[in-house]
Amino acid sequence: MPRGRNWRPQLRAAGLALPLVAFVGVTFVAPLATMFSRSVYDAVVADALPETLALLEGWDGESAPGEDVFAAAARELMEAQEERVIGQVAGRVNRVQGGMRSIVAVTGRRLAAAPDGSWRETFLGIDPAWGEAGTWHAVRTAGERYTSRHYLAAVDLRRLPDGSIARQDEDRRIYLRLFARTFLVSLSITGLCLLFGYPLAHFIAHAPPRRAGLLLALVLVPFWTSLLVRTTSWIVLLQGQGVINDILVALGLVSDDGRLALIYNMTGTFVAMTHVLLPFMVLPLYSVMRGIPRSHMDAAASLGAGPAQGFLRVYWPQTLPGVGAGSLLVFILAIGYYITPALVGGSTGQLISNMVAYHMQTSLNWGLASALGAIILACVIGLYLLYERLAGTEGVRVA
Amino acid sequence: MTTPAEAHVEFQDIAKSYDGRVMAVQGLNLSVRRGEFLSLLGPSGSGKTTCLMMLAGFETPTAGAIRIDGRSVHALPPRKRGIGMVFQDYALFPHMTVEDNLAFPLDVRGIGRDRRRELVDRALRLVRLEGFEKRRPGQLSGGQQQRVAIARALVFEPELVLMDEPLGALDRHLREELQYEIRRIHRTLGVTIVYVTHDQQEAMVMSDRIAVLRDGMVEQVAAPEALYEEPERSFVARFIGENNRLHGRVAEVDGEVCDVEVGGHVVRGYRVVDCRPGDPVTLSIRPERITLHPEPGLFSNQFDAVIGHITFVGDHLRIHMETCGRADFVAKISNVVGQGAVLEGDEIRVGWTAADCRVLDYGGAEGAV
Repeated sequence: MPRGRNWRPQLRAAGLALPLVAFVGVTFVAPLATMFSRSVYDAVVADALPETLALLEGWDGESAPGEDVFAAAARELMEAQEERVIGQVAGRVNRVQGGMRSIVAVTGRRLAAAPDGSWRETFLGIDPAWGEAGTWHAVRTAGERYTSRHYLAAVDLRRLPDGSIARQDEDRRIYLRLFARTFLVSLSITGLCLLFGYPLAHFIAHAPPRRAGLLLALVLVPFWTSLLVRTTSWIVLLQGQGVINDILVALGLVSDDGRLALIYNMTGTFVAMTHVLLPFMVLPLYSVMRGIPRSHMDAAASLGAGPAQGFLRVYWPQTLPGVGAGSLLVFILAIGYYITPALVGGSTGQLISNMVAYHMQTSLNWGLASALGAIILACVIGLYLLYERLAGTEGVRVA
Repeated sequence: MTTPAEAHVEFQDIAKSYDGRVMAVQGLNLSVRRGEFLSLLGPSGSGKTTCLMMLAGFETPTAGAIRIDGRSVHALPPRKRGIGMVFQDYALFPHMTVEDNLAFPLDVRGIGRDRRRELVDRALRLVRLEGFEKRRPGQLSGGQQQRVAIARALVFEPELVLMDEPLGALDRHLREELQYEIRRIHRTLGVTIVYVTHDQQEAMVMSDRIAVLRDGMVEQVAAPEALYEEPERSFVARFIGENNRLHGRVAEVDGEVCDVEVGGHVVRGYRVVDCRPGDPVTLSIRPERITLHPEPGLFSNQFDAVIGHITFVGDHLRIHMETCGRADFVAKISNVVGQGAVLEGDEIRVGWTAADCRVLDYGGAEGAV
């Protein structure tokens, strides 16, 4: 009997993983891919105005295009009006140039089957803006299927009609500042978590087993509690008529009309996020510290090192993998955090992911939302690679 | 006993309790001579590690005083005691190379670079690990790690070195090799070493003197030979080497010798414990001191015995027998032609001298070690 390698058991084992592969594919990879494709691909205008855009290819771009372009635009805009996609088209063009939404929408509504004189005059009759080259530039730009404008917008840049890249107007530059703020806030929260988490982890890791178990439970119970519950608890504590302000007023430390604004601003974001993310710092630190025998500190002392020297040269270096893993975890989570700043951040405590949510839910500019998301993801991956590189093979892996 | 003047380390009436109720150590007196290798030997829970930790400064005695060079070290933190310590788990710093581990105690003392280099090299030579400077502890075998730990405890030239069961984690072969190494290093440097172990053979091989501890008290301090040949307490006799033990009551005391009634037989022994007729005592006879087929009249103790099973151990035979009312009596007979010509089931005479039969304190329940 020939004895080749029997693949069947392995195939069967691989087959068991198929549901998971399919699940991850459908629920994670596919949505992610479609969302990312939206950041560079947008066919709404291209599909609605194919002929107009084709004719604009031959346009000199200096002044308003010829009658053929107007005729094609009229036909296609009327079609779009009929198919009720004119609103979407108007929205897309508006993103390229402000004020275009109403021009396109009104034009689509008022165009009639037959022109009033030439189509050109009809258009100009509806809105004189159609006589300007800039308007048609906006239409042409909005008609690009593949575009970098979402990414440019995400970093406060825009493409000028001549194709060059320029910074956004002063009052429209928001994202870079928001990215910077998000990084800064995440970094500070990571620092705070380390500041609070390190001594706590140390205390738990070297406490007698019974007490350690209790303390660890105290860290974990909030961790298992719904994020929403924890965040809203902070509202109860921190709000103007909340527990903390009431106590301060009762103690006479703060006057009744001078209650501290502890929430719906950056303070609220800081307090709630540090609390929510603390376990992610404590747990990796705890597990690393548990692995450091007590005898190491005893040895350092017996060899003549004072407590500070012993800590800095013997204990701290050995906890670095935990510090790295915990910090990276907290930082990555903080950078993409949404619920907590949305609930307690007010208007000044918003982070970049709140802007992503805004574009997803309110402005419906999914292209920009996914461009912002992609940038965050790229930053996180970059940081992780950097960490991997710095930590080498000895570091604790997060993933 | 040494006078305080020549003692390097002195424990005086030391008591230690971790929880205020159970005493880990009580009324412990012990002095360690300068340059001596002293082992603290005892079963687990006997307080030997507690003693070491108090000496190192990691634990504080509940009562009593510990003196090094005649000065109480009560107020001195571990780092100021200048004691080299080898830990059971080596406690090498895993993020440092061997060289950095050794340089650590020199560095924190602010010793200059050249001198540091010199001392590290010398310590590595001492433990025969030249060429391992750049390795990390994780890249060394257990035996090598232990050598590094020993080198690190010695590199800053302490006069007193403490070792807490340093060979516990190693296999038998390595243990023996390192026992010899530690002994050699001790002879080379002339430092005082206090060594904690629960392995009596290890203590016998290495020590100048052994302090046998039991329940937080010193049972006996003596050189290995003396401890083996002349145990003063039934616990020591039981703990060091193998012993046949007979329990009985003193019938008659005659100077250094006394007769003890054991299950209807009268056994004559050498009186170690102070006793009067009627006192319960334990008799202790080493298995190798038992003679089979003694010539009549040669030994003061001669009894009938029934041979049980015989075990061949290589260089000797273990002969189990029933005598003096005990079924678990053992004799060790050298594997030499003409010796021990007995078969299982034989009924013979056995004998031993009164000097080889030590009359000790009753010592409590049977089998408690």
